[in-house]
Amino acid sequence: MIRLALRQFRASAWTAAAGLGAVAAVVLATRPHLADAASAARRACAPAAQCPALSAFALDNTPARTVAGLVVIVAPALIGAFWGAPLVARELEAGTHRLVWAQSVRPARWLATKLAVAGTATVLATALLSALVTWWAGPLDDAAAAVYGTFDQRDLVPIGYALFALACGVTAGLVTRRTLPAMAVTLAGLVAARIVVTEWLRPLVAAPRVVSVPLDPDTTGYGAGGNILLGIGPSTLQPAPPDLPNAWIQSVHIVDSAGTPLTDQVLTAACPTIGGEGPGGPAGPVPEAVRQRMHDCVVRIGERYHQVVTYQPDGRYWTFQWWELALFTAATAVLIGYACRRLRRP
Amino acid sequence: MILETEALAKRYRRRWALRDCTLAVPEGAIVGLVGPNGAGKTTLLQLIVGLLSPTAGAVRVLGGTPDTAMRSGRVGFVAQDAPTYAGLTVAEHLSLLGAGLNARRWDAAAARERADRLSLPLRQRAGRLSGGQRAQLALTLALSKRPDLLVLDEPVASLDPLARRAFLDETVAAATTTGTAVVLSTHLVADLAHACTHVVVVAGGRVRLAAPSPDPAELERVVLDELGRSA
Repeated sequence: MIRLALRQFRASAWTAAAGLGAVAAVVLATRPHLADAASAARRACAPAAQCPALSAFALDNTPARTVAGLVVIVAPALIGAFWGAPLVARELEAGTHRLVWAQSVRPARWLATKLAVAGTATVLATALLSALVTWWAGPLDDAAAAVYGTFDQRDLVPIGYALFALACGVTAGLVTRRTLPAMAVTLAGLVAARIVVTEWLRPLVAAPRVVSVPLDPDTTGYGAGGNILLGIGPSTLQPAPPDLPNAWIQSVHIVDSAGTPLTDQVLTAACPTIGGEGPGGPAGPVPEAVRQRMHDCVVRIGERYHQVVTYQPDGRYWTFQWWELALFTAATAVLIGYACRRLRRP
Repeated sequence: MILETEALAKRYRRRWALRDCTLAVPEGAIVGLVGPNGAGKTTLLQLIVGLLSPTAGAVRVLGGTPDTAMRSGRVGFVAQDAPTYAGLTVAEHLSLLGAGLNARRWDAAAARERADRLSLPLRQRAGRLSGGQRAQLALTLALSKRPDLLVLDEPVASLDPLARRAFLDETVAAATTTGTAVVLSTHLVADLAHACTHVVVVAGGRVRLAAPSPDPAELERVVLDELGRSA
């Protein structure tokens, strides 16, 4: 059975090898240049803790870094749609399951062997891809100091996503018995699972650390924050992000010593002109008078209020990686278990 | 008995595809299954080889369940339209499916001999074979296991008259020399007259007639009578 499964997977394996070869070629060609640029930037500001040259280096290379991340994010979707969905569905469509089950092989073993071949290829391909991109982006990730920003594009988790996508595709193929709908279900399932885990499950892995920081009148502004999809909050004071390199900042709240949040009434009472003098118009330097009023306002508020920051420190990165890998692997096992039970009585 | 069914029934949602089907097939028998489209022939054959599980009743194949019989490699089965892997060559079908999945039963020499005799191009992908060649490939896979029971769902539908006659002769030879029992479905009453020792007429999900083949001259009248009565 293993020889048949390997033979059937041959074309997929060549496609993956070609794709990985292309990525490896780009990575090997551009990585030395990146490393040189990073060390040059570092030399330019050796003793200082703050290094504008390094930040500029990270910013300049953001597009390339985004593209590299997208490759890693898209790979599991491709694996689910083109390896997972057809694995069983194409056999059911062509009727070839009736040919192979007429031989002396149990359908359960047939599925297990096919899954083993595709699963091994999935782990190898995504591990290699993730390793290549993680290594390539190393200088940029160091410079950007935001490891959680590229959490789903580096290290272990892409392997979990890809395995889950594969299982999703196989199970969808078994249920719908058609390749094309199975592909669509796979993509929807992967996106839904990623959103659910990122938004709701990942923050549960570890209780965040809490730190209180005074309001800095020089870097605190006014405006609204939020997410276009989930809604934009009301306008309020917006402190600059606290200086916690590589931390995952989960929330920033402005509260008084009793823990009561800053209300609009308090804010407008302390600073009657706030919000009325926008930027509003064309972008440009803010007039000195406006800047001074904002500064005084934050000082007045800062007498009674401070910001409370909840965050996950740099050191928990690998805990989150392992947990997320385990979570997606467990979901994969559940899907495969369901597929095996479903196969027994087609 | 090579194959026995007892009050076998299969229901798809609300519709009964087969009801109350009781048959016994002895060694060396060649059973021809005839009936109109949708009569339940394919359902019966798929129940025999374990591709479907019965709603009621029981099937015993070679003294066991269909699953164990299939795993033993003693049952050869060709599904309707003789499915094959379009991307695999004829040689790959014989080595990966035939030899690879039936290690204990596979007769590689017989398979190669049959492929040569029918001039099946070994290096051609199955997707580029003609319909008749594909059917012959599927039949080669089923026959080269030296099966004790051969189950064929319209095996001759895509063969030309000459190949059809040759295949039926081959089946008869297998049945008489090795005692293989054969159950095949067909639309062509002439095939029954030529090869079958028993006739089973199925219509509307029920067995209308199960009897030793009558005289070839009378066969067509008997079958049409039964089908006419059920209509």
